[in-house]
Amino acid sequence: MTHASLKLHEPVGDDVKTTTCYMCACRCGIKVHLKDGKVRYIQGNPEHPVNRGVICAKGSAGIMQHYSPARLSKPLLRVGERGKGEFREIEWDEALALAAQWLGDIRRRNPDELAFFTGRDQSQALTGWWAQQFGTINYAAHGGFCSVNMAAAGMYTLGGSFWEFGEPDWEHTRYLMMFGVAEDHDSNPIKLGLGKLKQRGAKLLAINPVRTGYAAIADEWLGIRPGTDGLFVGALIQQLLLHDWVDFDYLVRYTNAHYLVVRNPGQADDGLIARDGEQHPLCWTRAGKAERADAVDIAPLVVGEYTLADGRKAVPAFQLFAERFLAADYAADTAASQCGIDAATIRRIAAEIADVAFKQEIRLPIAWTDVWGRQHAEMIGRPISLHAMRGISAHSNGFHTCRMLHTLQMLLGAIDTPGSFRYQPPYPKGVPPANRPGKSRKADGTLDAGPLGYVHSPEDLLVDAQGNPRRIDKAFSWQHPLAVHGMLQSVIANAVAGDPMRIDTLFLFMANMGWNSAMNTTGTRRMLVEKDADGEYKIPRIIYVDAYASETVEFADLVLPDTTYLERYDCISLLDRPISDADSASDAIRHPIAAPDRDVRAFQDVLLDLGTRLKLPGCLREDGSPRYPGGFAQYMVEHERAPGVGLLAGWRGRDGQREGTGEPNPQQLERYKEHGAFWHAPVPLAGRYYKMANRDYLEWARSLGFVGSVHAQVIELYSERLQRFRLAAQGHGAVQPPAQERERVARYFDPLPFWYAPFEWAQIDLDRYPIAAITQRPMFMYHAWGSQNAWLRQITARNFLYIHPQTAQSLQLRDDDWVWVESPQGRIRVPVRCHNGTEPGTVWSWNAIGKKRGSWKLSADAPESQQGFLLNHVISELLPPRADGYRYANADPVTGQAAWFDLRVRIEKAEDTLQFQPHRIEVARP
Amino acid sequence: MTLLPTTTTKKLGLVIDLDTCVGCHACAVACKEWNEGGQFGPLPDEDAYGAEPLGVWFNRIHSFEVQPPGVPADSRGNGPLQQLLKTGFAEQAPAMTVHFPRSCLHCEKPDCVTVCPTGASYKRAEDGIVLVDEDKCIGCKLCSWACPYGAREYSEQRGVMQKCTLCVDRIYNESFAESDRQPACVMACPTRARHFGDLGDADSAVSRLVAEREGYALMPELGYAPVNRYLPPRPRRNGCGETARANSEESLDPAQLPPLLRWMDKLLSR
Repeated sequence: MTHASLKLHEPVGDDVKTTTCYMCACRCGIKVHLKDGKVRYIQGNPEHPVNRGVICAKGSAGIMQHYSPARLSKPLLRVGERGKGEFREIEWDEALALAAQWLGDIRRRNPDELAFFTGRDQSQALTGWWAQQFGTINYAAHGGFCSVNMAAAGMYTLGGSFWEFGEPDWEHTRYLMMFGVAEDHDSNPIKLGLGKLKQRGAKLLAINPVRTGYAAIADEWLGIRPGTDGLFVGALIQQLLLHDWVDFDYLVRYTNAHYLVVRNPGQADDGLIARDGEQHPLCWTRAGKAERADAVDIAPLVVGEYTLADGRKAVPAFQLFAERFLAADYAADTAASQCGIDAATIRRIAAEIADVAFKQEIRLPIAWTDVWGRQHAEMIGRPISLHAMRGISAHSNGFHTCRMLHTLQMLLGAIDTPGSFRYQPPYPKGVPPANRPGKSRKADGTLDAGPLGYVHSPEDLLVDAQGNPRRIDKAFSWQHPLAVHGMLQSVIANAVAGDPMRIDTLFLFMANMGWNSAMNTTGTRRMLVEKDADGEYKIPRIIYVDAYASETVEFADLVLPDTTYLERYDCISLLDRPISDADSASDAIRHPIAAPDRDVRAFQDVLLDLGTRLKLPGCLREDGSPRYPGGFAQYMVEHERAPGVGLLAGWRGRDGQREGTGEPNPQQLERYKEHGAFWHAPVPLAGRYYKMANRDYLEWARSLGFVGSVHAQVIELYSERLQRFRLAAQGHGAVQPPAQERERVARYFDPLPFWYAPFEWAQIDLDRYPIAAITQRPMFMYHAWGSQNAWLRQITARNFLYIHPQTAQSLQLRDDDWVWVESPQGRIRVPVRCHNGTEPGTVWSWNAIGKKRGSWKLSADAPESQQGFLLNHVISELLPPRADGYRYANADPVTGQAAWFDLRVRIEKAEDTLQFQPHRIEVARP
Repeated sequence: MTLLPTTTTKKLGLVIDLDTCVGCHACAVACKEWNEGGQFGPLPDEDAYGAEPLGVWFNRIHSFEVQPPGVPADSRGNGPLQQLLKTGFAEQAPAMTVHFPRSCLHCEKPDCVTVCPTGASYKRAEDGIVLVDEDKCIGCKLCSWACPYGAREYSEQRGVMQKCTLCVDRIYNESFAESDRQPACVMACPTRARHFGDLGDADSAVSRLVAEREGYALMPELGYAPVNRYLPPRPRRNGCGETARANSEESLDPAQLPPLLRWMDKLLSR
C-alpha cells in the first residue's frame, strides 16, 4: 500500500510576503505564498491584530480575483454611443493627457464641476486630500448609501461608533444584542468574537427580520419588522426608566444628563444648555444652586425645574429624556403592535439586560486615574453590549434610531466599561470630531479644508445665500445637514436634473453606480446616457477607474484600469478608516506582491500623476517639480498633514524610533514590510476602559497625536447641536433654512432621539404595498468587489426572494414559483423560496448576485443575469413629491443615508411559472 | 478490494462545532485554495464563468432550517395576507438555521476503501487518514457509491477521484512553522468552530471537547465508524434566569407613578 508520490514536507512555495487583504472592508493581515512567480496560497496572518490568523471565504478566494478574466487590461476611450460598451484601447500617456485636459479646463473654470466620488475606496486620506487640492466640494466615498446613519449618530452622540470606531468587549461581555444586518462590516473580528462569546456562555440576542448568518447561532432571535427598531429600543428604554434600572452615577459622570436645558419656548435660547458667563455648562445640585456641570465632587440633580440667576427656567436634560420615553408612544404594547415583537418579550428583554448590567457587574482589578485626577482602584463594568450596522442604518429614521441605541447604552452605563461597547483608538476624539467640511477656495484654488467633515452648526453648511444646496449631492444642505459621508446615491440623478447644478465630469472609482450601487438602477442607466436638446450628454464626461469589467464600465468615456490589491501600494491609515481594536491602535500597508501582467496602473499612483499634470499645489515642490514622482509609495512616507503627522503612524522620525508623530522616515515602508505590513501600539493597561474620561488613556492618545488635550469627552444624551439647527428652523440665528425646509428641519433636528415611521410608508398606499423588502449580501461576498469570482459563484450564482411559509401560503406560492415584486417604482419578476427564518411581513434576497448580462466577463447565459436579480430596480432614489412637487432624496433627513430598507412591495404570483424563464424588469418611471 | 489496517496508531480527525458555525464558507474556500495548488490538486472547475459553475470541493457547507418539534404544519395561518399582517400569524417557535460543513469523516471502517479495485483508496495505519493515490485511481467511482456521506468528488477533467486529505501535506510538514501544521480549514475558521487532533487519544484536546460537549458521530448506525465528530448547538437561552422574567412581569403603570419625582431624591455624585 505505498503511495509513491505522497510528499509530506513540500514547502508551500518559494517565497512568502505579508500584506493586507482587500477582498472586503475588513482589512485582515494575509501571508501570500508565491511559487514560480505566481500566487500559490493566501493564508491569514496569525500575528495580525484584525484577524489573528483566520481568513474568510473572500480572503481565500482572493487568488481567483487576482487572476480573474474580468480584469481590465488597458486604458479605454469610448468610440460608440455611451452605454454601448464600444471602446478603443489607448496608451496611458494619451489617457492621462486627456483626463488632465478635461480636468484642467474644469479647474480653471469652476472646480465644483468635477464630481469625484470614490465608492468602496479605502484610501480617502489620499482621495479627500486630492479633492481638496483640486478645489472641488463635490467629493465623497460610498458611506451615504452604506452606513452613515450609524457613523454619524455615533460621532454626534459619543464620539465613536460601531465597527471602525468601537466594538463589543469580546472578552467580558455577557449579553450581546445584535441589531439588523451585521455581517456586512468587521467580518472576521466579529466572527472571532462570537466564537469566544458563545464559548463563555454569554447570550447572543439577534434582533433582525431575517435569521441567517450570525442570527442563526443566536440564543434568541426576534424577527422584528424592518424600520421599527426605534420603537423596540424606545420601549426597552421605557421599561428601564419605569423600573429604575438606570446607572445614574454613570449618566452624571460621563454624559450630559444633568446639564440644565433652558425652557424658554419661542425664544432663541430655548432648548440650549444653560451656561455660566464663561460658557461652562450648568447643572442644579443638592446644594440648591446652579453649579458648573463639568465640576467634580458635586451632587447634581437629574429632575426638577429650576430658576437660573437671570430668571430663566431650566430643567436637567435627563428629565426631558425621561418625559419623552415615559410617554405612551413607547409603551411596550404600543411598540409591540408595530414591531412584531410582543409586549411580554419586550419587558423580558429589558429585565434581562438590566439584570446583566446591574446584577452581573464586572470589577477588574485595574487601577486608573480619571481626567479629574481621581484615582480608582478598579474598573467597574456593565457586561451588556450592542452591535448594529447597516440594518439599522438603511432607513429614513436610521439616524435617530442609532442615536436611541446609544442612549440605551448610556442608561445602562455600558459605554467603554468592562463587558460593554468599547471605543477603538484613535476614537473618541471629540463629540463630534473637530474637522469641518471645506467651504471656500483659497487663492491657489485649493479648498480651505477637506471636502468631508463634521458640521457643527448651521454656519458650517454648504448652502448658498438663499439656503439652497451647493454640493451636487445636496449633502451638508438643509435637506441633509449632517451628511458626513456625502450622498453618492444622489449624484447621477441630481447631475442629470441640473439640480442644484450641472457638472462637467463625473469621476468615479470602484463604485458600481451603473448597477448594484444605484437606487432605481434602470432609471440610473437611462440617466447616464441622457442627452440635452443639443445632443450633448447631460453628464458631459464620465471617467471611471476600476480593476474589473463591472456594469459601470460601459458608461465611461474614459476607463482607467486599476491593478488588483496584490499589485499595488495602499495605506490603511489612522487618518482614514482605522483598523484599530479596543486594546490597540493599528495601521497597515499593502505593497506589490506581484507585478501586473496587463497595462494597468494603481489608482493612487494615477491620481498623483494627474495631480502633477494639473499642477495641484500639493503635488508640486516649490520649484514646480513633481512632489511625488515615486507615486503613492512616496506619498505614504513623505506626505505630512501637519508637521510630523502623516498617513502612517509607525516607525516615524528620521531614525524610525517615533510612533504616532515624527518626521518622515525614508525607511518606513521597509519597517512595515519587516513587521507583517502593519503597526500596532497597545493601549496601556490603565487606559483600557473609560477612554472618554481616562487620563491614562488620553495621555497615551495625546502622545500619539490622536487628541489635542486630556479633557473629558462628554457623551451627549441631549444634543444641543441638533437643537441649534431646530432653532434656526424656528427663525433664530444668523443662518436659517429657506421657508420650504423649516418644518422638516424643525421636526428632525430633535435634540432627543425619537421614532417615526419611515418616510415611504407615510406616502404610499400600504394596503397595496403591505410587505417590507430588504436585502443583504451573503457572508462569502459581503463588501467584496466582484461576486463573479470563480469559486464564490459556485457557492451562489443566483438569488431567490425569500418569504415566510405562511406568507407564501396566503399567496398560494411554492418554492421556485415566479412572482412579480411591485413597488410604485416598477416591478420585477423573480423566483421565490420559502424561509422560516423570515419575519412574515418581510421578504428579502441576497443582494448584488444579480448581474447585467455580459458584464464581469460572465457568459451570456450565466445564472447571475438569467435568474439573479436586484431589488434596486424597484427602489426609488427619490421620495414621492412634496405638496409643491419637490422630491427629496429617499434618504434620512439628518444624514442623507440612502433608505434602501424602507422599501414596501406587493407580491403577486406571475401567471406563468415555467422554469428557466429569466428574470424580467419593468420600470414604470424613467 | 483493498484491505484496511487492522488498527491505526492514531485517529486523526476534525471536530466541528455546529453551535458556532455561521455558514460563512471560509473553511470550504480555504480548503479549495490549499489543495488547488498542492499535490492533491488541481481541483478542477467546470464552466467557471458560465451557466453551470461546478467544481471539485473537498469540503462543502449546507444550511438547513430546522423547525422545532411540536408545531403541526396545519396549525400555520391561513387566510388572505392583508388579514394575517394585521391579526398576526400562527404562533410557532422560530425555525433554527443549522450550518453543516461536510467533508470526509475518515471512517474507521470505510467501505470506500474496501471497494477500491486498485488499492488507490487506502487508510493510513499510522493516523487513520483516508487518501486516494491518484497514480492508481482508474476513476471507476465505486468508492463514491460506497460512501454514504457524499464525501468523494470525482473530477471529470482529471478522471480521478478526489477527497479531503485532512491536509496530510500540512500536518506533518517540517518546512512549516509548528503552528501552521494544521488543516487549512481549521486555520481559516473565523469563529474557531473547527478543531483538529487525535480522537483516538481520550486525553487529547479534541477528545475532551467531544466529551464535554457531547459530540456525536454522523449516522453511526450505518456502521462505518466515522472519526470526525460534530458538536451539537448548545441549548438556546431564551432568558437570563427566572429573576429577570419575574422582574419583567411586575405590573407598573406609568400613569400611577411619579417617576420624575422619584428621581428627585437620587443622591448622585460626579
